[in-house]
Amino acid sequence: MINDATLPLHVEATEWKLPSSRKVAVICLILTETGLFSIFVAAYLFYLGKSLTGPFPRDVLELPVLSTICLLSSSVTVMLAERAFNRDRVGRFKLWWLVTIALAAFFLGATALEWRRLIYQKGLTISTNLFGTTYYSLVGLHASHVVVGLCLLSLVFVFSLGGYVTRMHRERIEMISWYWHFVDAVWVVVFIVVYVIGR
Amino acid sequence: MASQEIALIDERQPGTSFVERLHGLVITVDHKKLGLMYVGTALGFLLVAGLMALAIRMQLAVPNNTLLEPDVFNRFFTMHGTAMVFLVGMPIIAGLGNYLVPLMIGTRDMAFPRLNAFGYWMFLFGGLLLYFSYLGAPGLAGHGSAPDVGWFAYAPLTGRAFSRGHGTDYWILSLLLTSVGSTVSAINVLATVFALRCRGMTLMRMPLFVWLMVVTNFMILLALPALSASQVMLLIDRYLGGHFFDTQAGGSAVIWQHFFWIFGHPEVYILIIPAFACVSEIVPVFSRKPIFGYPVMVGATVMIGLISVSVWAHHMFSVGMTSVGNTFFAISTFLVAVPTGIKIFNWLGTMYGGKIRLELPMIFCLGFLFQFLIAGLTGVMLAVVPFNWQLTDSYFVVAHFHYTLVGGFLSGMFAGFYYWYPKTSGRLLDRRLGFWHFWLFFIGFHLTFDTMHFPGLLGMPRRVYTYDAGRGWETLNFITSLGALIQAAGVLCLVVNILRSWKKGKVAGNDPWDAWTLEWATTSPPPDYNFETLPVVRSRRPLWDLKHPEDPDWKYD
Repeated sequence: MINDATLPLHVEATEWKLPSSRKVAVICLILTETGLFSIFVAAYLFYLGKSLTGPFPRDVLELPVLSTICLLSSSVTVMLAERAFNRDRVGRFKLWWLVTIALAAFFLGATALEWRRLIYQKGLTISTNLFGTTYYSLVGLHASHVVVGLCLLSLVFVFSLGGYVTRMHRERIEMISWYWHFVDAVWVVVFIVVYVIGR
Repeated sequence: MASQEIALIDERQPGTSFVERLHGLVITVDHKKLGLMYVGTALGFLLVAGLMALAIRMQLAVPNNTLLEPDVFNRFFTMHGTAMVFLVGMPIIAGLGNYLVPLMIGTRDMAFPRLNAFGYWMFLFGGLLLYFSYLGAPGLAGHGSAPDVGWFAYAPLTGRAFSRGHGTDYWILSLLLTSVGSTVSAINVLATVFALRCRGMTLMRMPLFVWLMVVTNFMILLALPALSASQVMLLIDRYLGGHFFDTQAGGSAVIWQHFFWIFGHPEVYILIIPAFACVSEIVPVFSRKPIFGYPVMVGATVMIGLISVSVWAHHMFSVGMTSVGNTFFAISTFLVAVPTGIKIFNWLGTMYGGKIRLELPMIFCLGFLFQFLIAGLTGVMLAVVPFNWQLTDSYFVVAHFHYTLVGGFLSGMFAGFYYWYPKTSGRLLDRRLGFWHFWLFFIGFHLTFDTMHFPGLLGMPRRVYTYDAGRGWETLNFITSLGALIQAAGVLCLVVNILRSWKKGKVAGNDPWDAWTLEWATTSPPPDYNFETLPVVRSRRPLWDLKHPEDPDWKYD
């Protein structure tokens, strides 16, 4: 009788449905991440054309078309993987999941090569001028999110090889794909701001 | 009665050693223990930061004083402000939310208990890191000490050239840690509220406290990233040679002000809304009436949340914005007064015609209402751009925001402490000592902060470590400092009361205030699992329904 004031109100017949706590949390996380990116994007836009010395964006930036296509299509492949998973087609799930990982890795590799070119050939580092400062921090912030996503994706893939990913992980898989879609959507904004408007 | 003693023994586990109990706290993921740890730690930081404020006031009590060296003075007001906002305000909110939200919505724990513990430890070590700066910041080169750049750390003062040593770095890193803690705690509260409400607890049947916590935590999610982002930029400037705030390379010092206040202004609403939350629970219970205009209260809070993200530049009227910018931010600031006025009206409406019981929580609420109204009025005065030009960076501003944060936030929190302490400990706080606390604090507060407006009007700038005699500021400053001592005596009463009543207070029973929300339906203190069977609610006042089966609320819903 520890809890003698338990409410003796009879249970209503109506159904009582609430959203999953995981989904609410991931939406909240995405919301706060959006805030973080907004400030960096605002800083980038504010400082456009304010560099006092070169190199300037139009001299050194090239449109990263191929890596953009890769990253955006990884959103499609992760969706296909999720769909296969929900239909219990494990082999197909692993395949699409691996393709997603490969596309993400390709994107990161392309970014690395681009940075290498900018640093060693064009002489643009984070401390060279205002453009370098804002460019590396905005693109770097996005790339760090890709790295986190890549870790999550790889972890799931390794577990799925051992057969540890089962139906009960359905929602977790879905949450990773939500995060991945978010990272892709941010890239669309970064691409437009840095490579289209900023050039 | 018997059941209650079992619970008391259960909770305190007599016979276990200090080390075992400490171990229990370190490994706990229980929302109630974490909530109390949050509030307890915050009270510890409140004492430290409060003592710093006392030292500042002693330095300013008489002209040409030499108690604090100028550089020590700068560190003191920086550490005082930073600690009060991030190590006192934020954790008290997190603590109250942690302890009360799951109980009020009738569930057994937060949605993510381990994440909850993680948030607490991030906050604690972030706080300790901030104070460790006194030892660590000189670094190998031996320059610098604790941060001395003010709590809003304006550029270019924070640049490598002007802020030597690692004081600013400690400020950045410790706040980044506490921000991670606040963010995960906010996510946790929101997930709990949206996903774990007991059967029948629709959104519009939630206690107002829970609603206001939802708004506050949404604001944390939206506002904190602005601070974290600008701090990361500052780190890039300081360590990687970036130019964000470096005016010599085309960077802008004003953009730091914008980014900081995009966070900083919502932050003050993040702090004050939980005080509204406490008042919205306490005023109805002690007026014996349901809250007046529940949906309007919810709407007004959401409005405050929305408007508050578009008022930040009223902190910056003097940096030279365009007249369009000034006008926009002045008007949006005036607008905040509308929903805030609605709330004050509704609390008065709740009291009107009610059977008011002047117990301690209610007394503090009355103090809150009175003080917060004045704080709001000086806020509207400062939103008038020409008036602001005259008084910005003067003691008038200091008096205004201390009125909101001490007279508003802290009074609301004190009311909450007196109201919910019996739930957490099973014992009431001592009434006599509580009244001593109230009157000492009330008198001290008004001596300090009513008086402080006037040196500001007479032109005394904030953040000066001393001033010359003969400017007409001496008497006013002396009274201000005297009030600070009286406030400190009041807070001492609270601390003694909290410690002493924990074991020796009058046994409270499960529902000492005859209240209506679910946390009073379980034992005091609640068992680990909160509710033996999860409750089912049919109205906003489930305990009223239980106590008055002949006239339940749900008949009228």
